[in-house]
Amino acid sequence: MYDKTVRRRRAVLGLLVVSSLILLTAYFGERSGGALHNVQRGILEVVSPIQEGASRALKPVRDLFGWVGDTVSAKGDLQQTRADRDKWREDAIRNQTAARDNAQFRGLLNLDKQPKSLQPYGPVTARTIGSSPTLWYVKITIDKGTSSGIHEDMPVIASDGRSDTNSGLIGKVESATGNASVVRLITDSTMAVSARTAGGSAAGLVQPSPGNPRDLIMRYVAKDEPIAKDDVVVTAGTTSKRSDLGSVYPPDLPIGRVTRVDEAGAANQLPHLRPFVDLRRVQFVQVLTQKVNGNR
Amino acid sequence: MPNVHPQLLLRAAILGVAIVIVQVAAVSQIVLFGTSADLLPLVVAAVGLLCGSLSGATFGFAVGLLVDAALVQTMGLTSLVFIAAGYGAGRLRELRDPQAVVIPMVVGAAATAITTFGYGLMNFMLGIDAPVSFLLLRQILATIVLNALIALPVFAVVRRWLSPALPDDPRRRRRRAYTTGGLSPLTRA
Repeated sequence: MYDKTVRRRRAVLGLLVVSSLILLTAYFGERSGGALHNVQRGILEVVSPIQEGASRALKPVRDLFGWVGDTVSAKGDLQQTRADRDKWREDAIRNQTAARDNAQFRGLLNLDKQPKSLQPYGPVTARTIGSSPTLWYVKITIDKGTSSGIHEDMPVIASDGRSDTNSGLIGKVESATGNASVVRLITDSTMAVSARTAGGSAAGLVQPSPGNPRDLIMRYVAKDEPIAKDDVVVTAGTTSKRSDLGSVYPPDLPIGRVTRVDEAGAANQLPHLRPFVDLRRVQFVQVLTQKVNGNR
Repeated sequence: MPNVHPQLLLRAAILGVAIVIVQVAAVSQIVLFGTSADLLPLVVAAVGLLCGSLSGATFGFAVGLLVDAALVQTMGLTSLVFIAAGYGAGRLRELRDPQAVVIPMVVGAAATAITTFGYGLMNFMLGIDAPVSFLLLRQILATIVLNALIALPVFAVVRRWLSPALPDDPRRRRRRAYTTGGLSPLTRA
């Protein structure tokens, strides 16, 4: 009797483990349109309305915890925020001058004279209805999908609401169903964004610093490109002249601020950035559904 | 699973779906001490402790599958680590039958550690380049501590939900007999 129980226990355990491994292997082996991916999309389609309802119902609870946390951290943030405000004020004055000059240059070059705005990119606002429970925190689910014009590979921006400046690129749409989409965040190890510094000419590829969701690194910055602490990094957009090598991200979306540069000035200098958006605090996002001029 | 009562199956299924939705829709977005609580390993471990190793492992598999599907993650990955958590908690009950009040806390912390480290390990094995940083370790530790703190109420809720469908525990029956005037085996001897 005992042997039979032990055998049955081992058989069921083995069956479960083997099932998991088969699923794992099959999932890796198939393309994004495969059967398991379709099953996932189907389940997402069913679960997302429930998730949305639960997300709305539990918002007061989240807000309560958020309020407690914010109150505790607010005091520490105050000084930094004031310093940031002063710096941004200076930046704003400088930018106004630069924008005026820029418009003149654009006029001379017969280029677009319209002020920079995200409206041409067709932003669609969506609510976050789910997020990955793992520490790696690589995906969120939003409550808009293909019925709102959202499709795969569309860039996603957000603000974490802590201040007006805490907004920028957070990722791109990985998959979309009728009324929900999954967004892969820039902290995912498979993400890479072509970027450059806002004020200078240093260009590179922004990737996550794995294991640290508040740190990004900018690879392949040329040795002679000046880049320093506090530089703002933005998306570079499409830099290639070939239409098939276009970027999915429009140019000039803020990504983050340089916190330090490892081996500055060396051939393998490695700037670290802090993203402008605290990804754990994102409640609403905007998906940019249109490309303008091939994102150039 | 041996002799699984249909009512238990139904209650476990409802518990699994509800806890995944609550975790994904709310708890993941609540930041405490720089991290978020993860109710899923706690509930899987609680089911293992209450129902045994096979039920724990099966529940872990199902919950993991639902999480992977709902979050469009690699199918089977979370299932695999949750099987370990559910089975381990169940085997502890079957082999040692611990009675201390803090057992859910210890088992919850262990289950959280197994699932977070296991998930990380599986990710590394699948080729995700992720050096272990101090911050990551600190976050894992914070999650384990946070989960340990909430393990007791979570265990109590799971027990309350499942207890009407659980088979009567002989130990509980025996204790009840002593306290209501029944004779203990020692007295009879």
